[in-house]
Amino acid sequence: MRKLLLWMIVLLGVFAAPVEAKLRVFACEPEWGSLLAELAADTIDVDVATNALQDVHVVEARPSLIAKMRKADLLVCSGAQLEIGWLPQLLRQAGNAKVTSGAGNFMAANQVTTLDKPASVDRAGGDVHPDGNPHVQLDPYRVLAIARALSARLAELDAANAAIYLQRLGDFESRWQAAIPRWEARAAPLKGKAVVVHHSAWVYLLQWLGMREIGSLEPKPGVPPTSAHLSSLIDVTKTGGAIAIICAAYQDSKPDEWLAGRTGVPALVLPFTVGGDEQAKDLFGLYDSTIDRLLGALK
Amino acid sequence: MRPLALALVLSLTLPGAAQAARTETDPQIAALAERIRALEANAQTLQKQAAEALAAAQAAQSELQQMKSTRKDPVVVDRSDEAPATAMNASANAFNPAIALILNGLYVNHAKDPLDYRRAGFPLVGEGGPSADGLLLGESEISFAANIDDKFYGQLTLALESEDGETHAGIEEAYVETTALADGFTARAGRFYSNIGYLNSHHTHTDYFSDRPLAYQAFLGNQYGDDGVQLRWVAPTETYLEIGTEAFRGENAPAAGATHNGVGAKTFFAHAGGDVGSNNSWLAGASILHADARDGEDGFSGRSNLFLFDFTWKWAPHGAFKDSGIVLRSEAFIDDRKGVVIDPEDPQAPAQDWDGKRRGAYVEGLYRFSRSWDVGYRYDRLWAASSGPYASDHDPQRHSIAATWHNSEFSLLRLQLARDEPQAHFLDNVLTLQYQVSLGAHGAHKF
Repeated sequence: MRKLLLWMIVLLGVFAAPVEAKLRVFACEPEWGSLLAELAADTIDVDVATNALQDVHVVEARPSLIAKMRKADLLVCSGAQLEIGWLPQLLRQAGNAKVTSGAGNFMAANQVTTLDKPASVDRAGGDVHPDGNPHVQLDPYRVLAIARALSARLAELDAANAAIYLQRLGDFESRWQAAIPRWEARAAPLKGKAVVVHHSAWVYLLQWLGMREIGSLEPKPGVPPTSAHLSSLIDVTKTGGAIAIICAAYQDSKPDEWLAGRTGVPALVLPFTVGGDEQAKDLFGLYDSTIDRLLGALK
Repeated sequence: MRPLALALVLSLTLPGAAQAARTETDPQIAALAERIRALEANAQTLQKQAAEALAAAQAAQSELQQMKSTRKDPVVVDRSDEAPATAMNASANAFNPAIALILNGLYVNHAKDPLDYRRAGFPLVGEGGPSADGLLLGESEISFAANIDDKFYGQLTLALESEDGETHAGIEEAYVETTALADGFTARAGRFYSNIGYLNSHHTHTDYFSDRPLAYQAFLGNQYGDDGVQLRWVAPTETYLEIGTEAFRGENAPAAGATHNGVGAKTFFAHAGGDVGSNNSWLAGASILHADARDGEDGFSGRSNLFLFDFTWKWAPHGAFKDSGIVLRSEAFIDDRKGVVIDPEDPQAPAQDWDGKRRGAYVEGLYRFSRSWDVGYRYDRLWAASSGPYASDHDPQRHSIAATWHNSEFSLLRLQLARDEPQAHFLDNVLTLQYQVSLGAHGAHKF
């Protein structure tokens, strides 16, 4: 009899487990995975779909991602069509109505105003995003707005832990608000300085730090650098007084080094997202590393 | 002094007096004067408003300047209370379906006349034959797709093709799919390509070669699609697992004649896949297509079971296939039929019993060495039956190599060389030059 009771308790445990299951979140990019870790800790399970060494514009709708999407309760992505090449396919194949729209579908770029919204859209202009530049993770003010919205969304979907989300948001906000002036003070020498970029992925960072973009290695967004275009950049880079040629960790830095070799302006690989280098272990580290590296180019 | 004072008084009072006199005499002018006063007042108000607006604008500008300089407040909109809808133009066009066009052209040089092409043991069915010789316009595709409402998605794909100077428009796919079923279920109805095998559900413009493998040509008439319904389910597992079933009208090869009151073909399929480390992914599947045929294109009447096994392995550094990677893929087909065959070219000939198996397979590898270039090799093989109406001593086989240049995701040029031996003593060397472009909305591709 006692044995039976024991078995029943075990069985109950097995069947009760899914009821108490944690909120499962599918994060398209590592920066949102990191933000979720700040906002939720162990109250949720997070699957991060991509890493810092992948070009999120062109990830494939791999079977493993479909399986992860199938189990998700919440989808957190950059949006603004950044993931248009794979996310719609994942959603259609996963058959998970919870995340296709509504509360389970969270797009970071929708929570803030985007820059670079094109007046007209034409593929001759390269890989343009009609909803504006989606790479919003390198402006701390926008990240803060996104954090607030995301925390509210977590609390909405997982009301039982709402108090935790509120408390963690407060904690994150105070640390983040304290970090912003620190970063701004350290980055003050960068103000007004010019850079040449690999891909137009840095507008938010450059705007925040008051820096200028004087050229782009990609002749058009998403179009790989051509030798003719690179040659035309030699003059621009020299006369424009660029302090660095910047590219993201996932990009092939060969064209950057080619241009660096001909202009004497250093090629600088920035982490771009969490995991992009040793120091960028979380969002704070991402900003620390980015500013450190940019300051390093001044010397 | 007095006259001066008088003059002053006069000068001050006279205009008023004169005005008063005129007012009395001309009420029209009075009305006009009244209107002018009103207009003047109005103008003053407007001026005041303009000044206010200017001040407000200046204030806003200075505030913006301040914000720019101090950046204490973010230039962001907290829209957390709003529905997470993507910003859309307010015009009615915003609801138009996504329109995608695929244009495709070829130059093909066959060593042997395509009209003499026979495939030993495998009569040509559907679009499973060789392409014509010379300059050709390939299949042009127009596709419309959109979410219909909160529960349904719809897609229409039209194919335009010219053959012997005539243009044929055909409905390649036209289906409605659910987007809001619970627990990983998705249902679909309409005309669509079956989910069996790997390549079958993929549109030909995503292929690595300019034509389909021989097994697809021989057993499925290039690609099996028909009118029907589909139900599929994705399991809530760590490893991707999808199972599903379909019922089709049974009009197209290998089915024929829409038997069983127009439910002549059924399928079951299962696909599984996952990652191995961060550089490797795989996808494998097993499917069965059960079809009944009445007077099929190849003269067959009876039941057929086609078993398909597919396997894909993709290697790419950090899973980023855009810049470099290797794909290995193979599919194997077993065709098991029982029925009778009447030679379609000689309807008077006596029916022959046919109960047996034929097989086919292909192996292909693709090496992508830059964002712009990839090269591929494919080996095709079919195993004919040794007895019965389809008997043949020769097993058709083909080698193909292709080099493809991608200017962007939206355009490619391909050079393909093939050495095709469809029958004994018939060697067709084929050179194909192909361009293929996609215009407009570009839907995400399946893995």
